[in-house]
Amino acid sequence: MLKKTNFKKNRNQLEGYSPSLANTAPSVPDSLCTTCPECGRVTFSADLKETGMICPHCGHYLRIPARRRLLGLCDEGSFQEWDAGLYSKDPLNFPGYAVKLKSSRLNSRENSAVVTGRGLLGGEACALFAMESQFMMGSMDSVVGEKVTRLFERAARERLPVIGFTASGGARMQEGILSLMQMAKTSGAVKLHSDAGLLYITVLTDPTTGGVTASFAMEGDIILAEPGAMVGFAGRRVIEQTMRQKLPKGFQSAEFLLEKGFIDGVVTRPEMKETLVRLLRLHKGGNGYGSI
Amino acid sequence: MDPYKKLQLARKNGRPSGKAFIENMITDFVEMHGDRRFGDDPAILAGVGLLCGHPVTVVAHEKGGDIKDKVHRNFGSAHPEGYRKALRQMKLAEKFSRPVLCLVDTSGAFAGTGAEERGQGQAIAENLMEMMTLRVPVISVFIGEGGSGGALALAVADRVWMLENAVYSVISPEGCASILWKDAAKVKEACACLKMTAEDLFAMGVVEKIIPETQPEDLYAMLKSQLDAEFSQLSLLSPEQRCQERYQRFRRLGVFGE
Repeated sequence: MLKKTNFKKNRNQLEGYSPSLANTAPSVPDSLCTTCPECGRVTFSADLKETGMICPHCGHYLRIPARRRLLGLCDEGSFQEWDAGLYSKDPLNFPGYAVKLKSSRLNSRENSAVVTGRGLLGGEACALFAMESQFMMGSMDSVVGEKVTRLFERAARERLPVIGFTASGGARMQEGILSLMQMAKTSGAVKLHSDAGLLYITVLTDPTTGGVTASFAMEGDIILAEPGAMVGFAGRRVIEQTMRQKLPKGFQSAEFLLEKGFIDGVVTRPEMKETLVRLLRLHKGGNGYGSI
Repeated sequence: MDPYKKLQLARKNGRPSGKAFIENMITDFVEMHGDRRFGDDPAILAGVGLLCGHPVTVVAHEKGGDIKDKVHRNFGSAHPEGYRKALRQMKLAEKFSRPVLCLVDTSGAFAGTGAEERGQGQAIAENLMEMMTLRVPVISVFIGEGGSGGALALAVADRVWMLENAVYSVISPEGCASILWKDAAKVKEACACLKMTAEDLFAMGVVEKIIPETQPEDLYAMLKSQLDAEFSQLSLLSPEQRCQERYQRFRRLGVFGE
């Protein structure tokens, strides 16, 4: 017999730190302080928001909630959310999944692991998505697959470029094969958008792994990454087990991917908006030479 | 049969591999090697031959025969160059207007340093994207294990069929058990939770057909004639219609509330 306690999953490293986890009770305000997972030093949360969630002590990039990222990036008041109401079911009746979904909704204050919509960047219209690492580590389930697919389909209809911020532990095991199918489904939608001649820029943020790396994260026309972001297909521990060796520090980092030729650039947070706006303008279509 | 028993059958030593299916169903087969970028991955066996007299491209996972061969083929776990070799062959099939048959049998894409350095994620992602709009008919048959993205990279197809005792899942049951219960030994429980058998997947609309596992000779003959008939059917559609239907085939998969 399976004991109920067996389903209580320990917080593992991949799920990472989450400052608000301990503060879900309504009477407790947002935590005042945040500990940097890299250097271990404590910063006032308010100060961290000022720095764009970059640790003032060691420069480490802390994770940014999806919604805050999109609102912070888009021109003020321009972000309009799409498909906000989609929510996960438990199609396989998977042990512990319903409880996990409930706590994820509470912790992340989101309905799903991705926020999608449209907005303006430096006046340029685009469709955007950002993944929420606090919702079951941004894992891809039917809802993430459906929202990303709808985003690309709608962007293709409305002739909009897409900018996507990825953060994911991979496919969501609890939805079994249906989560794997989302890889094919989203890839199909990216292709449809791409074949319409439209631009797709991905920004890989920490961490981007598994089924998301092996689908829409690596399918951008232009792929950027945040400094130090961990990006890979297999997880570090799995590789260490297969290879029976310790991996060097920096393996699967954004800088590693740049060196290996898999991304176009590593872009810091202060430079992100300007870089994206410039790229959007450079790809607006048409050129000074007539039809080439 | 309980899912764990099926998993054991799917992995059983001596079960016909991709190579055996090719030898018994395809005539005049010529194997092709290499991805023209890095190297040749023996975990993927690819080439062109005749199915009932018609040219087809075949791409198969190959786990290997004896232990030496298994090591050589990395137990059917492909590196990025394997997926790129597969895509290269599919693109050739498109150029020469012949259908593609994929035979899936892998515990998953390889998780190792070389695979990461050469872009395992990117290689799989590219296959998913390109297969979705491949202009020729594609049928994927799961002959043994279908492990996650490494299996899907050969399974974005017009039809996905499974042998009676084949399995297909998002994560290995061992991986699932160690994440869920911190105990890789709870494989049996994980097998049941993941709904990875042909019946389960048929019920969810993920596969179109379950192939009964009769004696090997009968199996090869039956599968061969069914493939021939299905490729003929699929060839009646225009490439645009086929791609549209393939897109919709995957588009409708997923369960959510709104």
